[in-house]
Formats: sequence, structure tokens, C-alpha cells
Amino acid sequence: MSWAWDNRALLGHYLVQHLYLALLPVLFGIVVAIPVGVMCVRYRWTWPPVLSLTSIFYAMPSLALYLILIDYTGLTDWTVIIPLTLFSLSVLIPNVVDGLRSVPPPVRQAADAMGFGSLRRVVQVELPLAVPVIIAGMRVATVSSISLVSVGQLIGIGGLGYFFIDGVQRDFPTEIYTAFILIIVLALLADSILVLLRRWLTPWEAGRKVRPGSRILTATWPGSSAGGAP
Amino acid sequence: MSYFQIAWQWLTSAQQWHGSDGIPVRLVQHLQYTGIALGIALIIALPAGLAMGHLRRGGFVVVSVANFGRALPTLGLLVLIFVLTSGSPASWLVPLVVLAIPPILVNVYEGVLGVDPDLTDAARGMGMTEWQVLRKVEIPVATPLILLGLRISAIQVVATATIAAYIGLGGLGRYIIDGLARDEYNVVAGGAAVIVLLALAIQALFTLLRWLIVPVGLRRETQTSR
Repeated sequence: MSWAWDNRALLGHYLVQHLYLALLPVLFGIVVAIPVGVMCVRYRWTWPPVLSLTSIFYAMPSLALYLILIDYTGLTDWTVIIPLTLFSLSVLIPNVVDGLRSVPPPVRQAADAMGFGSLRRVVQVELPLAVPVIIAGMRVATVSSISLVSVGQLIGIGGLGYFFIDGVQRDFPTEIYTAFILIIVLALLADSILVLLRRWLTPWEAGRKVRPGSRILTATWPGSSAGGAP
Repeated sequence: MSYFQIAWQWLTSAQQWHGSDGIPVRLVQHLQYTGIALGIALIIALPAGLAMGHLRRGGFVVVSVANFGRALPTLGLLVLIFVLTSGSPASWLVPLVVLAIPPILVNVYEGVLGVDPDLTDAARGMGMTEWQVLRKVEIPVATPLILLGLRISAIQVVATATIAAYIGLGGLGRYIIDGLARDEYNVVAGGAAVIVLLALAIQALFTLLRWLIVPVGLRRETQTSR
């Protein structure tokens, strides 16, 4: 551990870069996924093409996309952020759609009967009820994104992945497992924060036991939710 | 020249299709890595998922494996094992198997657990043994999710097998690692294109498989109600 302490400034630098490269795509992803998801539920015909597109995004190997983007964005952070944003979208859009569809029809009808307009119904009734499923998707996107960033080091932009490549070149395992453990800790920490966020946003769910195998879990793999494979 | 022109030029030049560094050889190596890793993952995850789903226990284990598996940085695991085994050429296998297990395990478990209890009760009432319930009812009904798990694993492994080249092995990653090292962007561009096409081909293959394997009645149900 003395190596880690001696190099704390360097570790700190790459840690910050790692978080920035991993979390920005999830943020972009959720900002885009919510309106797109609402659209797909409201105009049903838009869902099949969007689903096909998300499953193509999901199948895109991130490393290959980094390499393709070099030609357009050069060796900048965007080269890593754009592919990870597409990946986040591929996880988040199906979850938003699934979450909105899981709202029981009587709830929707009650909102209509109370005179809610469709926008207000979506924002005040449907989205809050969809929060658990949306957050389940954000957990998958965030954790995967944190571990995927390090592959970017093959093109020189990979946050803590720097220590993987440097460690193998210098044949120095300490460096590798320090970064390895840091990445796992970051991922699990981010995951816990999202769980806390879900509890805070959905106080009515407290005490309700989530059965293993309920849709909270099912929704965590793209394609397993709303509509299945295209 | 745009990316697509560069990649197209590289892909269509004759020298890429012959010899020990040609696309056919690299593709076969790549598919071998993928196939072996998927096979081992399947041998581990399929029975485990079926057993836990059938017995309706172990949900916590499945969720933990899924979460932890996603958090593991594959490149880190690869170089760590490579350095710790002082450069064993078999280092590529562990990270790819570890990558492939969670999606299969989660979806098989979910698939079996999600089978309507009315169906399994009816099967038991007809005098089926537990083994028959699993084989004749639960597995067929869970097919869509089992296939989904396999598809996710296959796509992730095929994309990630690229990094085997980083520790000096073959496969399509060779173009990427060598191209980057020699600063030959056309090689990198072409290699990346082949990997993307391969991933999309696998996606298409599974869509086809779904049509062939999943019973018609189930297919309709999974499309509308899930």
C-alpha cells in the first residue's frame, strides 16, 4: 500500500478523470432516454424502431467505437464519452419504457379523472412510479461504464486504466491491483449511491419487500424488458 | 479520407485475405477464443441457473454475481492474471469466462423462476418427476430468456476477445494492437470494422435462432406481455 500512498497525486488525477469519463455518459444517457422513453410509450409505433436501434448500440463493441471515432474526434475525451453514451442509452431507454409501462392503468385513469393533462400526468404520476425501474437501468449503465472506461487506455484515454497498461509494461503488479480494486470500489460505491437515491425518491416503497426475480432484476439486462428482442 | 473510406480500402485490398495475418485466420482465432470462453461459461452458469431457478433459491447469489461481474474491469483482470502468472499465454481465458457467466446465470435463473407456478403445479399433478418438470416445462418456457442471456454473453465476449491480442495472442485484436503500435490507422480502422460487423452478425444470428427455437405460442406472448 505504500506505493499507493506515494503516488496518491497521480492516482487522484486518474481517479477524477475516470469518474468524469464514466459518469458523464450516464448523465447524457438519462437526459436523452427519458424524453425518448416517454415518446415510445405515447406513440407506440416509434418503439420497435427505437428498440432495434438500442440493441444495435448495445452490440457495438466500445473499443472498436473508440478506434472509429479517433478519425473524427481525435484523441480527446469525447472519443471515449460518445461510445459510452450510446451504451448507456441502450440500457436506459428500454428501462424507461419498461418503467412507464409498469404503471398500473387504474393509476393513469385516476390521474386523467383528476384532470391532469398528459404532460403533467407523465411528470407527476408516471415518471415517479417508474423510478425504481429507471434506477435499476442507471445502476447497470453506471457500473458497466465505470469498468468499461479502462479499456480506453489502449488509445491512451482510460482513467485508472493507465495503471493497467503501465503496470504490465513495467511488470509491476502492485500498480495493477491498486487500480483494479479502486475501480471495483468506485463501481460498488456508485451503485450504493443509486440505491440510496431510489429510496429517497420513492419513500412509499420502503418496507415493501422486493421479491428476487421481480422486474427490478429482469429490467437490468437490455432486451429482457419491454418487448423482448426485436 | 473519412473513416469509412479508409476501412473499406483496407478491407478490400487482396493482401488482407491471405496468409497467417489475413482476416480469415484472425477471424477463426477470434471465434475460437469466443467459443471456448462461452462454452466454459455455459457449463458453469447453465446448470447453476437452472438449479437455483427450479429450487427457487439463491436469488441473492445471482444478483451479487451479476453486480460484481459487471464491476470487474476486464482489461485489468487480464493484465493482473498475466503479470501474476508471469506471462502465461492462457491468461485470456479467465477474464472472458468471468465476463460471460453473469448474463447467462441471471437470465437462466430469471427465466426458470418466471415460469407460471400453475404450469409447474399442473405438471406435478400429472405425475411428472422434478427432473421432468424442469426438462419438459421450465426449460422450454424459459427458452426466450436463456437465449437472451447467451446472446448478451456472446456479444460481450466477441467484443472483448480483442484484448487477447494485448498479451500477444491472435484474433482480430491483433490488427488493433499492431496498428496502434505501428501508428497505421488504416489497419486499426479495418480491424475495428471487422469486429463491429462480427458483433452485428452475432446479434442477427441470435434473432434468427429465436425464430427457430422459441415455440410460436411463447413467441407471441413474450413479444406482447414482457
